Amino acid sequence: MECPDGLHYTKDHEWGLEEDGTLTVGITDYAQGELGDVVYVELPEVGTMLKAGEPFGVVESVKSVSDLYSPCSGEVLEINPDLESEPETVNSSPYDRGWMIKVAVSDPKELEKLLSAEKYLEFVNSLK
Amino acid sequence: MEKTTDAHTSQWRIVDHDVIKPGTRGIVFNEPLIFENGKPGRTGCDIPQSEFPKRNLTAHFDPALLRHRVEGLAEVSEPEAVRHYTRLSQWNYGLDGGFYPLGSCTMKYNPKVNETVARLEGFTGLHPLQEPQTAQGALRVIYELERMLCEIVGMETASLQPAAGAQGELAGIMLVRAYHTEKGNPRKKIILPDSAHGTNPASAALCDYQSVPMQSGPDGLIDLAALEKLMDEETAALMLTNPNTLGIFEKNIKQVCEIVHKKGGLVYGDGANTNAIMGKTRFGDMGIDVCHLNLHKTFSTPHGGGGPGSGPVLAKGILAPYMPVPRVTLENGRYALDWNQPKSIGALTAYFGNFGVYLRAYAYILSMGPQGLNDVSDAAVLNANYILAKLKDHYHVPYNNTCMHECVLSDKLQQEHHVSTLDIAKALIDRGFHPPTIYFPLIVKGAMMIEPTETETMETMDMFIDSMREIAELAKTDPDAVTKSPTLAKVKRLDETQAARSPDLRHRS
Repeated sequence: MECPDGLHYTKDHEWGLEEDGTLTVGITDYAQGELGDVVYVELPEVGTMLKAGEPFGVVESVKSVSDLYSPCSGEVLEINPDLESEPETVNSSPYDRGWMIKVAVSDPKELEKLLSAEKYLEFVNSLK
Repeated sequence: MEKTTDAHTSQWRIVDHDVIKPGTRGIVFNEPLIFENGKPGRTGCDIPQSEFPKRNLTAHFDPALLRHRVEGLAEVSEPEAVRHYTRLSQWNYGLDGGFYPLGSCTMKYNPKVNETVARLEGFTGLHPLQEPQTAQGALRVIYELERMLCEIVGMETASLQPAAGAQGELAGIMLVRAYHTEKGNPRKKIILPDSAHGTNPASAALCDYQSVPMQSGPDGLIDLAALEKLMDEETAALMLTNPNTLGIFEKNIKQVCEIVHKKGGLVYGDGANTNAIMGKTRFGDMGIDVCHLNLHKTFSTPHGGGGPGSGPVLAKGILAPYMPVPRVTLENGRYALDWNQPKSIGALTAYFGNFGVYLRAYAYILSMGPQGLNDVSDAAVLNANYILAKLKDHYHVPYNNTCMHECVLSDKLQQEHHVSTLDIAKALIDRGFHPPTIYFPLIVKGAMMIEPTETETMETMDMFIDSMREIAELAKTDPDAVTKSPTLAKVKRLDETQAARSPDLRHRS
């Protein structure tokens, strides 16, 4: 299971990459593995205001339908347009081409509450 | 093939060194779509020549609206039509064909006496717009069935209208909203245990409530402390299923209801699992305020594609003013329809709901009688525990070692050999069984939820148990044989991923 350093992680298995006040959000390698083949990703519209910890979209796999939870509050700046036609990208490249949304972080303090790669790995291992 | 040594299973077991299973390969036909059968001009009957002169339709209609040819209609002879549907029906698997342990669905056998009653001419010949005084028998069935169901679950008022369990739930939450609204504040939230049926949050959302998930305790039951913390004056209701979706009875149900009531909230009982408790305990007595029942589960009426559903909503007297209209009333020995209920949430279905289903449930309840319904729950719970006891050494049991009317297993032991719940389900098809419910409840990873119901014999359950044990053994010795299943079915392993990612919804491109 991949779990790159330098990303923020949530206990709901989202990751966030912070660059100049913008957080790129996706789901972790562990999450995509647990979900199995992803067949549909429902994302919010650009401009939607998100709240930390609240659902921003839905990921549907052959096994289940799960909510996606926002790691931070802020406005959605961009969504990954490729996921509509190629949802499998979430499986093949969870940390790169499978990114989901970019959010303008409204409260940088929220990021401090998120998990480091090390802490997230610990959390995942506790689930097994 | 692996043989087990259970003494009581030996009677049906060994013939030609193989296990007798209901599944085998017989004559299974390929069958194209009916439009691809037949020939142009072929018909199943002689249509007489028209006695009337032909008219020029363009004189009466805009030519743009007229079709000159009719396309896409099947042109087949009567035997072709009969064979087409008979062949398709042979691909089907139903309760009249075999064991159907689909957990949470209560796939009990539907007695044929129900069908006899539903086919009585006095009922089949009725028109829904008939004057009530000419349909007294039908109104009596509705009225009496409402009373019977109220007695079974300990409620004071009922409406049979909801056409499915999900609509019954929706109706229940609409009643909750109407109740709180009249008290001055509709409130904002509904608490749902994480083991809830997926329709529960949907019903809450449709009534403009926010779903608040509540984590189950380590024993799979509602955690009273967690509930106490979540419950507040902005929470309209708690929705729960009892026994819950893990097949475990909420033993603290009275305290659960007290916590909710103390803050002015109501408790909604999802009646999906009533088959476990009929005649033993009642929702009303537990403190639940409103619930629904699934006639197509507990009361032996057809399921899904086999017939329309019916999900009556039942409630305590405090919710009576809001019940759907029309109400069926009885005064001076005459039944009537009462539309004059100003606080009602309104009508939920056209006319009276799925009346044909009521007749079957009515026939079932009367033919079983109070003792019979009580015995149903005994046998349903005993059967599920029998299966659990026989399989617990072969499959992981995530929660209790005893259950109510259904048991939950998981694929944890088989995962070591890369065999999953889906593979086990497919392997059961090769052995002639409908798979159990899989990957539900969501809180159990790789869940298999098995509900045998009371209508199965011990021999049938033993065959199922043996097949499950055989699959567990095969998962260790020859996992590929499991992951490649089904091999005997008409269609082999389907590519579910491809089907979901690029669905092909037309027979021609």
